[in-house]
Amino acid sequence: MRRMLKLSLQKPEMAASLLLLLLVVFFQIRSDLVFLSYDNMRGMLGYLPEVGLVAVGVTLLMICGEFDLSVGSVFALMPMVMAVTMLGGWGFWPATGFGLLTCALVGFLNGWITIKFAIPSFITTLGMLFMARSITVVISGGFPPRLNMAEIPEHLFISYVGPGDLFRASFLWFVAISILVSLLLAKTNFGNWVRATGGYLPAAEALGIPANKVKIACFMICSVLAGLAGLFQVLRLGSPLPSIGEGLELQAVAAAVIGGTALAGGIGSIIGGIIGAVLIRVIDNGMVMSQVDSNWFKFAVGALTILAVVGNSWLRKRGRAMKVEVEK
Amino acid sequence: MTPETPIISVRNLHKWYSGVHALKGVSLDVMPGQALGLVGDNGAGKSTLINILSGLHRQDEGEILVEGKATDIRNPKDSMRLGIETIYQYNSMVPIMSISRNMFIGREPLKWAIGGFGLLDEQKMRTESVTAIANVDLHLRSPDALVGELSGGQRQGVAIARAMHFKSKVMILDEPTNHLSVKETAKVIGFVQGLKAQGVTSIFISHNMQHVFACCDRVVAMALGKVVLDKPIGETSIDEVHMVL
Repeated sequence: MRRMLKLSLQKPEMAASLLLLLLVVFFQIRSDLVFLSYDNMRGMLGYLPEVGLVAVGVTLLMICGEFDLSVGSVFALMPMVMAVTMLGGWGFWPATGFGLLTCALVGFLNGWITIKFAIPSFITTLGMLFMARSITVVISGGFPPRLNMAEIPEHLFISYVGPGDLFRASFLWFVAISILVSLLLAKTNFGNWVRATGGYLPAAEALGIPANKVKIACFMICSVLAGLAGLFQVLRLGSPLPSIGEGLELQAVAAAVIGGTALAGGIGSIIGGIIGAVLIRVIDNGMVMSQVDSNWFKFAVGALTILAVVGNSWLRKRGRAMKVEVEK
Repeated sequence: MTPETPIISVRNLHKWYSGVHALKGVSLDVMPGQALGLVGDNGAGKSTLINILSGLHRQDEGEILVEGKATDIRNPKDSMRLGIETIYQYNSMVPIMSISRNMFIGREPLKWAIGGFGLLDEQKMRTESVTAIANVDLHLRSPDALVGELSGGQRQGVAIARAMHFKSKVMILDEPTNHLSVKETAKVIGFVQGLKAQGVTSIFISHNMQHVFACCDRVVAMALGKVVLDKPIGETSIDEVHMVL
């Protein structure tokens, strides 16, 4: 029992889970029981896959010890590439494939430049943030192209599918991808290398792990997930606006950090990143529902980020200090 | 292999680091089963020699023979494949990962795999790390404990257990006793003596002559990129080694 408690206190997502529970109860009471109502849940679950997927990718990359600020721009770039190629006569699937390939290329460049020139990924991806956004606007021709919704298999992406139409198809994608990435990180040898690379690079290299390739792979996964998330949003809105996803990169980083991911790498979990993303959504929505001035939203996210990190390190310290068995 | 064939033989090794001549023609034969103490001041070339053997750097000139065969060690994986395991003072473990994870980084047992990637066999990782650690006479709470929670000596023990588990023929220990308490140092010296009993060749790098003389049977001293003394322990003394350094 004590051992269980110790292990769960040391879990990186512990502080965020507790906070989430508290906030849900708080908003449910503050909003006169509207917060967890069917209609409100439906709205939240419709938007969650989009920020959630970005958070999943960013969390994986941060555990690997790197950073991606370009996800918000890639979020807009992918659907724009798709829309423009569809206007050029491509079908939906080839256009989507091409869009995702573009994201993979952006991720590859982020990783390759970072490693080749040994510069911080903060800088590489800050540059990419501007460049990808610029390309998005340029290829849009300054005016968002129209999507021919007749060509798009909506039932696969945005139609309501859940029990009582509670969530959209995109939510199922999000759940499936989250489980896959979690398994990749926790249960495969690749995941072991990701953690070792982010946890302590010199050891990973001395043990013969292809750390550079592992990092580039994580950059690519991160970009592709951001692009896919952008696709979901654009299909939901029906139009590829070049300005979507602005500021999303910082929200994703905040989600990862709130979920217990260490900025220095190594520590963290995918579920933590998701909990972080849910928390941010809960605050955003809960504040509206309980009629708090929504200008306080960013304040709340900021305070939460700091609080979660402080709380996490405190919990982890308490957990570590707990003696469970006597050493021989 | 006759007992006379050196397990590792380096011939006329040279290495420059951006203009600094770090190794100036080092030749050395390490015999199987030997415990070789490598001593020398900072900058004497010990680490350079070790980094070349473990695949972190490549020599600019000279050759390396492992069990009599000329080999090319291009990266750490090559070195491990040849049966050479290097235990660095700091770099051998990832502190935020568990013992069983650390035991198998880069050499994970898989339940199934496609193209080298696959599902970890965590059960096997746990049981094998418990056995491996017990084999070096180290007793730890659980294979799930984080390496960061272990003491310095325990970490060296786990690293040695890992090397033993993968049946290394040569174990290179880079300053394994640095920053350890007296009790822990004795433990690590015990590990090294245990290697000899199991027929594993070891290269023990240290600043501390007492430690080298306590567990090695041959001492090699380096200074300014060259070997300046190479004698069996019985034929030399701490004073003599100090004299040449």
